[in-house]
Amino acid sequence: MNHFLGFLRKWSLFFGAVVLWELATRLAEDPFFPPPTTILDKIAELWFSAPATRLFLTDDVYQDILPSLGRVFGGWSIAVVLGVGLGTALGRSRTGMDYVGPLFAFMRAIPPPTLIPVFLVLLSIGTSMKLTTIVFGSIWPILLNTVDGVRSVNATQRDTARSFRTPQHYWIAMVVLPAALPKIFAGLRLSLSIALILMVVSEMVGATDGIGYELIFAQQRFDFPAMWSWIVLLGVLGYGLNALLLVVERRMLSWQPSTGATTAKTTGA
Amino acid sequence: MSTMLQVTGLSHRYGTGEHAHVAVNDLTFTVETGELSCIVGPSGCGKSTLLRCISGLITPTGGEVSLHGDRVTGVPEDLAVVFQDYSRSLFPWLTVRQNVEFPLRWKKSRAERRERSEEALEWVSLPGVGGKYPWQLSGGMQQRVSIARALARRPALLLMDEPFASVDAQTRFELEDLLRSVQLQHGSTILLVTHDIDESVYLGDRVLVLSKSPARIVADLPVDLPAERHQITTRESANFVSLRAEVARLLQGGTPAEPAAGVVSEKPS
Ligand SMILES: Nc1ncnc2c1ncn2[C@@H]1O[C@H](COP(=O)(O)OP(=O)(O)O)[C@@H](O)[C@H]1O
Ligand SMILES: [Mg+2]
Repeated sequence: MNHFLGFLRKWSLFFGAVVLWELATRLAEDPFFPPPTTILDKIAELWFSAPATRLFLTDDVYQDILPSLGRVFGGWSIAVVLGVGLGTALGRSRTGMDYVGPLFAFMRAIPPPTLIPVFLVLLSIGTSMKLTTIVFGSIWPILLNTVDGVRSVNATQRDTARSFRTPQHYWIAMVVLPAALPKIFAGLRLSLSIALILMVVSEMVGATDGIGYELIFAQQRFDFPAMWSWIVLLGVLGYGLNALLLVVERRMLSWQPSTGATTAKTTGA
Repeated sequence: MSTMLQVTGLSHRYGTGEHAHVAVNDLTFTVETGELSCIVGPSGCGKSTLLRCISGLITPTGGEVSLHGDRVTGVPEDLAVVFQDYSRSLFPWLTVRQNVEFPLRWKKSRAERRERSEEALEWVSLPGVGGKYPWQLSGGMQQRVSIARALARRPALLLMDEPFASVDAQTRFELEDLLRSVQLQHGSTILLVTHDIDESVYLGDRVLVLSKSPARIVADLPVDLPAERHQITTRESANFVSLRAEVARLLQGGTPAEPAAGVVSEKPS
């Protein structure tokens, strides 16, 4: 019962807005704004109209959605590995950040989509251009948060580990990274949403498949229900990926006295 | 009785030039195997500095330290330190059992670690909390965990830096009795520093009195009390009262009532 009430509180405004939107669009009959039910019909037709032998999933799913997801995950994973690795090294070094700090601050300040033209020229249309864009845009929150997190190891923890003659890799794996993990996760969530944005934008400019490409293509042929379908899909993907990451975070940070509170504090980051 | 720890002409100076600060000045003393020695001195006199020099966490600027005959250059293998600040010394992301097993991680098999941690937790009267996280325990229990972690390592010498200064009076009494009974049962060699006169006399087989900064040894007093101590009767006994008065007088800069420097302590039995 409590679960049900919680669910209602969480989603009632959302469904109310959808119903209002439905009514408003039906009254307005504007071709740019098809009613949600029309969009849902279009979604069913676009992605779920294949025969059962193909799990009902159409070519669009296999040829556009999966490649897009591959780019997000590929680019983001590279950013995670590079960001955490570099961040750990820099956080542990006493002077490293003094050298690269200003450079990072500058590069981070460049809005990532503006680099797409540069990467287009350098790498031409292709997967490497999109991956580079995603990595370059989404690495900063991870890198800088990791540096911050690694520095949060306190002097007593350091002395304790030293007094036990803790070998280097145990020190990093069992003290430094766990201490940095709350900060790292705050960076991961931010960078995942950036990765999603950059995936779409890079596909809008230089691609022959993918969600961003299909979105622009639908708009150019005035297929507005299809255009809205792709937009809805992006909303669902963004929500789903974030929810998934939150589940992982809750599990990995279950040692914290109040994971709920810290999560709420950093969600807006 | 053999000598466990020998400190010869130990001095430590922080910083250089004008800003140099001499924290410890020309300390010489020994600790015998199986003895619980207390060092008492006013806050800021250099007690932590002394322990950090002995444990190899810092290299003293003068003099030398040897542990069972071997000169200490880095952190010795068979030594453990219990810090005052248990909440920072225990790793919050590890459970109690994982914390206790931490110093054995790279030395013992999983089964051996498990056995040792269970045993050590029993020594400090904390059976059955292995699966909890430190923050789920009271302050006194957390400090027991860090004592268990130090004991699980079976150190030849256990150093304790004001271990009971951050818990309430009642808990402090419990922990003092616990420490003495563990030490009696296992014949551990312990060097404990404190600023609390009563504590040093109640706990010690012997009390070394330090002067104000920079720390010098003012007196080395054998504690002539029965091995089994009792919070009420021991503190009432004439011996205890006169000893604590003696220590208090020495700390205020008075001279010892009888020549005490160089006295070899005799373990009361
Ligand atoms: N890392 C340090 N650098 C400079 N001065 C220090 C440092 N650590 C301690 N001191 C100084 O050395 C003196 C002794 O400190 P400490 O050994 O911590 O005393 P205690 O543990 O007896 O309170 C203090 O005056 C303190 O300010
Ligand atoms: Mg101190």
